Amino acid sequence: MKEIIEGRVIKFGDNVDTDQIIPAEFLTTGDPKELAKNAFIKVRPEFHDIVQEGDVIVAGRNFGCGSSREHAPRALMGAGISCVVAKSFARIFFRNSINLGLTLIECDVDANEGDELLIDLKGGTIKSRRTEEVFEFKPLPPFLLKIVEKGGLIEYVKEVLNEKNSHNAR
Amino acid sequence: MGKTISEKIIGNKAEANVEASEIVEAKVDYVMVNDVTGLPAFEQFEKFPKGTKPLKEKIVLIPDHYIPNKDIASAEQAKKMREFAKKYEIKNYYEVGRGGVCHQLMIEKGFVAPGRLIVGADSHTCSYGALGAFSTGIGSTEAAAVMAIGKLWLKVPESIKITINGKLDKYVYGKDIILQVIGDIGVEGALYQAMEYYGNTIENLTLSDRISISNMAIEAGGKAGIIPPDDKVFEYLSDRVIGNYNPVYADKDAYYIDELEYDAEDIPPLVAKPFLPSNTAPASEVDVKIDQAYLGSCTNGRIEDLRIAADILKGRKINSEVRMLVVPASKEVFNQALQEGLIDIFEKADCFVCGPTCGACLGGYMGILADGEKCVATTNRNFIGRMGHKNSEVYLANPAVVAASALEGRIVDPKEVL
Ligand code: SF4
Repeated sequence: MKEIIEGRVIKFGDNVDTDQIIPAEFLTTGDPKELAKNAFIKVRPEFHDIVQEGDVIVAGRNFGCGSSREHAPRALMGAGISCVVAKSFARIFFRNSINLGLTLIECDVDANEGDELLIDLKGGTIKSRRTEEVFEFKPLPPFLLKIVEKGGLIEYVKEVLNEKNSHNAR
Repeated sequence: MGKTISEKIIGNKAEANVEASEIVEAKVDYVMVNDVTGLPAFEQFEKFPKGTKPLKEKIVLIPDHYIPNKDIASAEQAKKMREFAKKYEIKNYYEVGRGGVCHQLMIEKGFVAPGRLIVGADSHTCSYGALGAFSTGIGSTEAAAVMAIGKLWLKVPESIKITINGKLDKYVYGKDIILQVIGDIGVEGALYQAMEYYGNTIENLTLSDRISISNMAIEAGGKAGIIPPDDKVFEYLSDRVIGNYNPVYADKDAYYIDELEYDAEDIPPLVAKPFLPSNTAPASEVDVKIDQAYLGSCTNGRIEDLRIAADILKGRKINSEVRMLVVPASKEVFNQALQEGLIDIFEKADCFVCGPTCGACLGGYMGILADGEKCVATTNRNFIGRMGHKNSEVYLANPAVVAASALEGRIVDPKEVL
């Protein structure tokens, strides 16, 4: 994970549910790139064409509500989304995202579609290049940051296991 | 500032002084997966470095959703669990004919105890709060992680204090208490939060009734539903708990984000009408003709529930236009019911009795509803299509309402007809 994210805003409203992110009929694969092809297909069919590697989703309250499918964060990651900034996240989406290595930021940021944001993940600030305004957020606690940095819970666990093994070998 | 039960248990397991809203990494006592959520967890587990061994003592594998297998796909799924158990020598695996519904089994087999932190890849894992544990539902990837390292990150929830005092009326049970609460606060009323229960009504409840209350915390969006453990819990555990345990209680000056109070006398037998558990009304006002009655599930499939229903059905026959399914939640419950003569009562009343399974509770099989059919059930969810066709309807109620309604052929308050 990078400590600084620079990305272009794709804007959403409140209560974006996991069915909007990736509808149930496309859950026959777990592959992020495949899932990304149908991300937001019903509510924003042009999403797949406009999204670029590194883009940032800015949304309102309760992002990721609905079913517990891990496919939702996978689809966003496959589309190249570098992080999601929302006023609040639904509980299981939050867990699944962190565990899969997708960066989430809880922050009420004033941004328009297409704005460029400069995000300092450890410092806890988001700067809008358009307005020069700076928004503060509470960075993820250290070990959640660590999980995201490693690329998700599975990678984090691998490292914990390796440390244990090398310790035992000594 | 004092601490809630959730703050204390998670703090103990994180070996830190924690407060609500903090995110911490905590040691997990047990992790459970069922036949549906198990498979993705096993696949994730196999991504760990070669030679990684799961912490087998902490893992509990319970096939229950499509058990006995309903088709080839479910048979393959169950087979994978059996193979995983065998490969890693996980002895806490409950084969068909030895087990039952996962949450009932977790409690019966002594995995659940006061002060423990238990996670499960099933949303009703919150049931164990009835014994003073902190337990909550998680995803399959997380379950795989816990299997490998025995730890998981958690956000310490804020807590709502719910106090109920007074004597419950006849035919009113724990199920009605939780339906009342969900009806009041709504299906997101406790989002991210833990519910803690107090008052002499709760103290006087059977453990079984308390489990119904904790079981449905998730239907209010809750992360946990916790009841301070007392002698009833300690006695229940005395001859079944695995290992030692330490009961945990809240401090007198613990901080609660909200406090609700109820008079037990004000709670009637309730029914949650389609399509949300919060859509409650007194059973006496519902008056809907039913096609099916379902007695079972992790919410109300225990011996106490079967006794309540058998008491009403004894020496009677259910309505000729109704079929009633009785599904004891575990082998132990089934055997107990057999010994007490309850199975005989159900048989003579024309009920269909079968061995423990989730089956129809999640619309899996063994009692699916057709277009337009209505079912009164002791289960916990009445979403669109939950037990079958998208135009079928599920009405959630306590065991007495289900049994009395089966006799009448329509939803009734047992008091009206008995
Ligand atoms: S009985 Fe129903 S609610 Fe309980 S675990 Fe099984 S499917 Fe889920």
